[in-house]
Amino acid sequence: MKSLQTPLTPSNITSLREGERVLLSGVIYTARDAAHKRFMELLGADQPLPFPLEGSVIFYAGPCPAPPGRVIGSVGPTTSGRMDAYSPRLMRAGFHGMIGKGPRSPEVSETIRQTGCIYFSAIGGAAALTARCVEKAELIAFEDLGTEAVYALTVKDLPLIVTNV
Amino acid sequence: MREITATLITQAVAKLCIDANINAGGDIVAALEQAAALEREETPRYILDALLENAKIAKEDGLPICQDTGMAVVFIELGQDVHITGGALTDAVNEGVRQGYKDGFLRNSVVRDPVRRDNTEDNTPAVIHAFIVPGEYLKLAVAPKGFGSENMSALKMLKPSDGLEGLHSFVLETVKKAGGNPCPPVIVGVGAGGTFELAAILAKKALLRNAGTKNPDPFWDDAEQRLLAAVNTLNIGPGGFGGQTTALAVHINPAATHIAGFPVAVNIGCHVTRHKEITL
Repeated sequence: MKSLQTPLTPSNITSLREGERVLLSGVIYTARDAAHKRFMELLGADQPLPFPLEGSVIFYAGPCPAPPGRVIGSVGPTTSGRMDAYSPRLMRAGFHGMIGKGPRSPEVSETIRQTGCIYFSAIGGAAALTARCVEKAELIAFEDLGTEAVYALTVKDLPLIVTNV
Repeated sequence: MREITATLITQAVAKLCIDANINAGGDIVAALEQAAALEREETPRYILDALLENAKIAKEDGLPICQDTGMAVVFIELGQDVHITGGALTDAVNEGVRQGYKDGFLRNSVVRDPVRRDNTEDNTPAVIHAFIVPGEYLKLAVAPKGFGSENMSALKMLKPSDGLEGLHSFVLETVKKAGGNPCPPVIVGVGAGGTFELAAILAKKALLRNAGTKNPDPFWDDAEQRLLAAVNTLNIGPGGFGGQTTALAVHINPAATHIAGFPVAVNIGCHVTRHKEITL
């Protein structure tokens, strides 16, 4: 199985094929509905996002609170389709990867092809297993959004399936 | 007349919320194991093995099986000879949800208003379905419902002439449309008959039946088996990556209805479909 490291580069994803399983390591950023809405507002106002988009990987996820002694609670992908309204604009703003579950809209798939971005599926509902892949979790933006805030997660060997490339 | 304190109800609900979210139901684990043994292709087997491994890890680490620890749906059977003391039933249940979600480090996923969307920060209010029954007992069933699957549910007012075939097509169409979104393999809960709202409640209640148990009515048992077989030819498969296991079970709850109508509600439950109960 191939191992991938963030930040992604267009060249290290060119050999990937749809349906292929990969293990991802490095820093990824959580963002779901509410955070995406704010990303749009920031882009509209020419403001920077809370993290550099180029080469980053966005994980559509809202984790459970971390019990004492743990870096994070259970964490796993939410339905990607709800982010379809926002993703094309984000993809045009910079090369990046996305992790979620379920299919994307034809517009998102087309934008992935045009921009060279990539969409991975994580295993929906396997959230305790995924939590074990997280070595560090740091809140970086939108604390008021609770579980929908943006966290920088340092992951090791997060199991993913290449879904759109 | 028997007295049950509000505190006892609160403690029971809190415990059920934590238990349901962390400890996978034995019925679900058995159904996943059976499915894993049947799948031939590599990807669906890999997903099913990962889900079984995840259930094990959740128990070991004391973490929720899924990060979407749901909106707490609570079914109550309240014996008419029970008197609740020390507080209101609804408050007692909501306090249990509040405590369970806090003490269990479960995610707060409830917003106060569907448009203004501010998080209530304690996962309340619960969705409570209470039924008055004969007797001196109080039964609580807690079913934390994730919305990846809830969002894929549907209701349709069929015509009486549509018959079983109409129900069959509507269920198939709903599962097909859901695709990989609801975290398959799913449990399909169907409410058939009643009124608009009763069909939906019956569909939800169908998700509380243990997977692998038979419908007591042979007619509906047969309909469930045939629907399950049809759903599993859709090739959605575990995680939506194709395969033979799109659903682990189809459960149909029928009810009396009007001469002019045939409401059918389909409530999709994901592969963790959680429910734990206690009788006080």
